Amino acid sequence: MQLTVWTYEGPPHVGAMRIATAMRDVHYVLHAPQGDTYADLLFTMIERLPRRPPVTYTTFQARDLGGDTAGLFQRAAQEAYERFKPQALMVGSSCTAELIQDDPGGLARALSLPIPVVPLELPSYQKKENWGAAETFYRLVRAMASPTAPTPGTKRPPRDPGSQASCNILGPTALGFRHRDDLRAVKEILTQLGIHINVVAPLGATPRDLARLGEADFNVLLYPETGGTAAQWLGRTFDQPLVKAIPIGLSATREFIAEVARLAGVDPAPALDGAPSHSSWYSHSVDSTYLTGKRVFVFGDATHAVAAARIASEELGFTVVGLGTYSREFAREVREAAQRHGVPALISDDYLEVEAKVAELQPELVLGTQMERHIAKRLGVPCAVISAPVHVQDFPARYSPQMGFEGANVLFDTWVHPLMMGLEEHLLTMFRGDFEFHDEAPASHLGSTAGGAKAPPPAIATATATVGGWTAEAEKELGKIPFFVRGKARRNTERFAAERSVAMITVETLYDAKAHFSR
Amino acid sequence: MSAAAGICAAPGGASMPHIATERGQREVFCGLTGIIWLHRKIQDAFFLIVGSRTCAHLMQSAAGVMIFAEPRFATAIIEERDLAGLADANAELDRIVAQLLGRRPDIKLLFLVGSCPSEVIKLDLSRAALRLAARFSPAVRVLNYSGSGIETTFTQGEDACLASLVPSLPGHAPGEARNLLVVGSLADVVEDQMRRLFNDMGIADVQFFPPRRSTELPRVGSETRFLLAQPFLADTARSLEERGARYLHAPFPIGAEGTLQWLRSAAHAWQVPEPVFRGATQAAYGRAQRSLARYRGELAGKRVFFFPDSQLEVPLARFLSAEMGMELLEVGTPFLHRAHLAAELALLPPGTTIIEGQHVDNQLDRCCAARPDLVVCGLGLANPLEARGLTTKWSIELVFTPIQGFDQAADLAELFARPLIRRTRLVA
Repeated sequence: MQLTVWTYEGPPHVGAMRIATAMRDVHYVLHAPQGDTYADLLFTMIERLPRRPPVTYTTFQARDLGGDTAGLFQRAAQEAYERFKPQALMVGSSCTAELIQDDPGGLARALSLPIPVVPLELPSYQKKENWGAAETFYRLVRAMASPTAPTPGTKRPPRDPGSQASCNILGPTALGFRHRDDLRAVKEILTQLGIHINVVAPLGATPRDLARLGEADFNVLLYPETGGTAAQWLGRTFDQPLVKAIPIGLSATREFIAEVARLAGVDPAPALDGAPSHSSWYSHSVDSTYLTGKRVFVFGDATHAVAAARIASEELGFTVVGLGTYSREFAREVREAAQRHGVPALISDDYLEVEAKVAELQPELVLGTQMERHIAKRLGVPCAVISAPVHVQDFPARYSPQMGFEGANVLFDTWVHPLMMGLEEHLLTMFRGDFEFHDEAPASHLGSTAGGAKAPPPAIATATATVGGWTAEAEKELGKIPFFVRGKARRNTERFAAERSVAMITVETLYDAKAHFSR
Repeated sequence: MSAAAGICAAPGGASMPHIATERGQREVFCGLTGIIWLHRKIQDAFFLIVGSRTCAHLMQSAAGVMIFAEPRFATAIIEERDLAGLADANAELDRIVAQLLGRRPDIKLLFLVGSCPSEVIKLDLSRAALRLAARFSPAVRVLNYSGSGIETTFTQGEDACLASLVPSLPGHAPGEARNLLVVGSLADVVEDQMRRLFNDMGIADVQFFPPRRSTELPRVGSETRFLLAQPFLADTARSLEERGARYLHAPFPIGAEGTLQWLRSAAHAWQVPEPVFRGATQAAYGRAQRSLARYRGELAGKRVFFFPDSQLEVPLARFLSAEMGMELLEVGTPFLHRAHLAAELALLPPGTTIIEGQHVDNQLDRCCAARPDLVVCGLGLANPLEARGLTTKWSIELVFTPIQGFDQAADLAELFARPLIRRTRLVA
């Protein structure tokens, strides 16, 4: 058993629902007790979908357990087929139904429905939401596209040079972090390159669309977490190459365009020239010099976390002090990325562990999920959200992609706005002690209680309380340092003192430390 | 999944509502969800769900929360090794409880809350509670109840929780005078108003259950008379009756009239003279009537359709019909306790359709065909119905908002009026 207060991912059948809800003309019959319908509100309230997820729950009760839950499942499946007339039926169990072992796949097949029935085996006590989404999408793709598969090992015939290259876009789901907007950004790039988009899936696809996946020349995978398993199978089965770059950030977008253009045999220039990005110039402008070396902590799903760390370091000039993910399936990729940034990777789905890490590292910016946003708020650290799990705020009314050149602009704005602006910082230094520009006035975006020198967050307070004390003069001297670097100065001085077993920090220690760290 | 299984007239003849039962997909929460308000109400209690990742995900999704402070509820998630017998589930539970209580010395009452998976694998939480109570008492009391979806619907979780507490309520001393117990979670502000009203009519010994702290449990015995503040407390009421307490039949304290009759039921039991009763209640009653009048124009004549959610549907429908002049198209309720709701049913317009249970697809068909002016439904249905041009009120807000008593009557009316007013404002 595992004690859990909050969880980054739901159970795997919620992942299956994300696939079913993203698609059209598919229906999911879920063998589940009363109450599991709560998952509907994720879609209708968080994503504000104007329709119910295409899911029928059998809603068995205790009195059914002694009786015929299998019959209940069959009646629900038959009725769902007749009412919704889907092109394909997905069937499976939630965690409780998994224990009663009714075999929804066999029961549904026994109904001899005139449509494909796709049984889903999603082990609820081992796996989680993203895995469930990936597995479900793979099962559906396999069920629908297998009949058109060539003999195993068949090489893909070369494309007729005169014909337009085509690709599939894989991965976007319901309840995904900016999937809708990313899809638009990526479609724009592909259109600029003159590439035909064969099928987008699962978002907006029908089961019959999935049957046509093999027709494309190659695959573009936006989210390995949800589309990776299916993309690999398509690669093996139809000998379709896969674009490896994921276009989050300027460099990655350029790499993506180059890779796509190479696979399609087209000139990348139209896409590279077509969408100049403000973010690169803004990052080079003098106002951004204050961003240099800002300590940033990154946590999220693997794709977004790895991309964010790279952008933070290479495109904004931050220093990555921590990188982690809750996706254990992608721990290897995140460990490799962390190594490139010279930090240990944090692989954990326990938000309390993440919180302790943030408190310990004292970053100046946190890039994380909605949970890290709360952690950062508690600790008085600026934060921007880069990854699911999603919140209603992650479905903005405006177009706000993470991918492509416009995505890079969005990231620049979203990550830099929580920080004090460069010019603001200089003014504060200049007018230090001024009655209006005083250092106890917190940054407006943090609200009236967060940040500021008056109320250090408790986690930081306990972290420093264990270190030797400060003399009154040293504390006073520390107060003369601009507040936005004061935390760093205090931390560095205390580390310096602790390493040298200095019991009491004096003004001398403070400047010794300053000299040591600015070497 | 058979549809409406026969319509029968309730006892009482033609003037009574038509009550039908329906089976099929239910779009309701399970009893675990009650923890969301119970843990705010009993401030030194911790609720440990023994369940799956689904249970944990339900709690954080239904509560709509990210965790600001560490909440007083959590889930012990059953894993593969517990099911495969590689780990002794009981030993695992003991380890987790020790870990939890070590971190939270402020906890005085721990509920082990059963879930669908814990019940299907027959994990005996009552034995676990006894074992853990022996280990942690007297510092911590350990109880158990089921909030599972296979046993309970939404608010029935509170019923199961309170029923589990009844055996540990202290008894009466011999010769002790009669006390009044108000049963069912109410907002603190509502409790304080009620207490003042009872005191003004001369009923001094009033206790509320659940209490705000587990160390302030009310006394119960043959001299106890109890009023239900909520309509979903069948098991709790039965347990209290087994302890000798007597139920005071009344409508529920919803709306000005409902509250007046509810208070009057206690006044009768205490033989409060009518002038005293009127003196104690008339100011607040008049205030409620005046503030309700403001919303009658918005609501009167409008047609309302209830999807089942909290079992509050029948009293709410009675309020909207009797006090606000609304027309009831269909009143869905997950479960209908005919005895506790007898006074409410009698106040509904003759022939009102009440559907007990649910077949959500059929009900949606009926709702869309009827085109009500207002639909009261859960969060899974509200936006899809709005998208079809209907106006909705989320039912969960009626559970989380203080709506009982005279001074909340207009707040309650406003909850129903707001979506209607909003729709008239939006032009784009």
